Amino acid sequence: MKPADEIALETHDLTVTYHKRPVLYGIDVAVPSGSLVGIVGPNGAGKSTFIKSVMGVVPSSGGWVKVFGKPMRENLPRVGYVPQRESVDWDFPVTVMDVALMGTYGGLGLLRRPGKVEKRRASEALEKVGMLPYSNRQIGNLSGGQQQRVFLARALAQDSDLYLMDEPFVGVDAATEAAIVTLLREMRERGKTVMVVHHDLQSAGEYFDHLLLLNMRLVAFGAVKDVYTPELLQKTYGGRLTILSEVADQAAKL
Amino acid sequence: MFEDVSFLASMIDLLIPGSGSGKAIMAAVLLGASCGLLGCFVVLRRVALMGDAVSHAVLPGVVAGLIYSAERSPGVIFLFAAAAGLLGACLVRLMMFSTRLKSDAALGIVLATFFAFGIMWQSRNQQDTVGVMNFLFGNIGSIDASDLRMMLVTTLILVVTMFFLRRPLLMMSFDEGFSRGLGYPVKILNGVFYFLLTFSVVVALQAVGVVLVSAMLITPAAAAYLLTDRFERMLILSVVFGVASGISGGLVSAEVNGLPTGPVIALSATLLFGIIYLLAPRHGVLSKVARTLRRGMRVRRENTLKAIYQIHEGEGFAHEEVSVLMLARKRGQTEEKVNKDCKALLSRGFIEMAEDGVSLHLSRLGWKRAMEIVRNHRLWELYLTNEADYAEDHVHEDAEKIEHILEPGIVRQLEQHLDFPELDPHGKPIPQPAHLVTQSSVVPS
Ligand SMILES: Nc1ncnc2c1ncn2[C@@H]1O[C@H](COP(=O)(O)OP(=O)(O)O)[C@@H](O)[C@H]1O
Ligand SMILES: [Mg+2]
Repeated sequence: MKPADEIALETHDLTVTYHKRPVLYGIDVAVPSGSLVGIVGPNGAGKSTFIKSVMGVVPSSGGWVKVFGKPMRENLPRVGYVPQRESVDWDFPVTVMDVALMGTYGGLGLLRRPGKVEKRRASEALEKVGMLPYSNRQIGNLSGGQQQRVFLARALAQDSDLYLMDEPFVGVDAATEAAIVTLLREMRERGKTVMVVHHDLQSAGEYFDHLLLLNMRLVAFGAVKDVYTPELLQKTYGGRLTILSEVADQAAKL
Repeated sequence: MFEDVSFLASMIDLLIPGSGSGKAIMAAVLLGASCGLLGCFVVLRRVALMGDAVSHAVLPGVVAGLIYSAERSPGVIFLFAAAAGLLGACLVRLMMFSTRLKSDAALGIVLATFFAFGIMWQSRNQQDTVGVMNFLFGNIGSIDASDLRMMLVTTLILVVTMFFLRRPLLMMSFDEGFSRGLGYPVKILNGVFYFLLTFSVVVALQAVGVVLVSAMLITPAAAAYLLTDRFERMLILSVVFGVASGISGGLVSAEVNGLPTGPVIALSATLLFGIIYLLAPRHGVLSKVARTLRRGMRVRRENTLKAIYQIHEGEGFAHEEVSVLMLARKRGQTEEKVNKDCKALLSRGFIEMAEDGVSLHLSRLGWKRAMEIVRNHRLWELYLTNEADYAEDHVHEDAEKIEHILEPGIVRQLEQHLDFPELDPHGKPIPQPAHLVTQSSVVPS
């Protein structure tokens, strides 16, 4: 298949500002293909922002992103995205099946409608996360764990090679958490690269093989055994770098 | 090419009815369809205020059309109106983008400015703009064949575009970030949406009027939203409601002298909405109230059952019967109230009354349910003290609520998790309804 040392995601000097206030400074990472990466950092560290700017959902103000060696735009279909749960309107009139089908829209263009092949892919994805029996439910009539599974199914149906997931473990029960971890490992076995925003430090050391420690800037990226150290974690969580965030505040007022 | 166009034009003319009421009905159908369709997206994207702003913003366009088109060609008026509406929408976006203002403030400013400008301009040109009242408050009777032709073409464009783009437009409304990830041209689609929104406003303009067009965008779609959880059904229902309120409002205002069409149509839409607001099966108010009442009554019944169980437990399960008076004392309520509760339990087969009518005993079903409730309560207390580190005297209140909603699956998980406990945190035994095999009302252990 692909060479083992291929780089799935590479960012260089990726910088993001919201209304002139910098929230991410010059992020350089190169994520080897086939790894399961935990993105870890305190609240407001810019974890969601990192994922969104890689996806191009928020514009970056500097630097570049490459996916499997090409600019993001050219490789969009190879990237799957699972948004944070709060960002979803759960009253929206769509069913579980509708959401899973959205994963297949990428290959359809604007006008073509999903057909048999797409429906099968969506069903298989739902089956994999145990949500097929709920296909016709409106998404608001599900528990938090079930809702998370539906959005995982959508990502699976995309059949991408790189996945970016924002806090898939928030608001889910223990059984779902275990099921998701199993699924993530399975995806890695099949050669997928998965990056997961996670905020429980304890389990981060167990779930992932690589960690990306983030707090406005990149603290460290590497194999768990190299970066899951008290010093680096302290550096990540030991408060904001006061000067960095003060300067950011001043920049916002310019 | 020219032949095609003239052929199409004659086809369209064939569709236009001759009679005045026929024209009014057709106008109502067109405006109901276009506003109903677009309205669904307006409601789901939460841009109702944007609809309002666009509809007010078209006024200067209408005035310009009336002034600059000598023979009042509807095409010119429509064009100017649409241009003004789009300009308004663009200004709103520009303001949001360039300042820290959120959409509501930006919309409010644009709406008021355009509307005020339109009114001022109109009053400086009174004789050129005689028909402006029709555009302000709507007059379905003033719609003639050439207006209808314009409305028909606009509605056709709108419906066809919507038909082909409904999936991407829906995707965008649901999750704009994901749409970007799919490679959708998000900016262009947003532009298309605001184009269509302006079109639907312009279609409804002469029948409903600038001031109330947004009612046609929002009210039918909102009613449909309360009625269904399926998008396609919502589209259909919304169109049906839009058409229905257009026709009924148009007819009423034609019958009653001096009633402007717009307000009557808007109010018929509101009437429809009101009915659905009350009666909708899942999201309606009455069904919500009924659900709450039913839940409340069930909780009362279960609490009474629990009280009976606790009386038995207090006596060491020595007696078969419990008197209504004892029950009233235990529940801290009047005898009359408890008698009513007992009737409810009796009719559901949870208890049997003795002949004297003042004492009762639990049926087998009653024992089972009572034990379940007490078990749920005590299991939950145990769970909170053991697993969630609650203090022993803090758990009762919470368990009072949770006992009524614990499902069997969760109860099994709790039992396993707590390793099949026998005593609650206060040392009281946790009943085992599963062991209830004897026919007698005396309880095991
Ligand atoms: N849309 C936005 N506009 C302005 N500021 C934002 C926006 N989204 C996030 N921020 C700010 O950017 C910082 C990083 O946010 P986020 O990426 O959500 O952090 P995390 O996901 O790590 O908790 C926070 O300070 C937050 O307040
Ligand atoms: Mg976040």
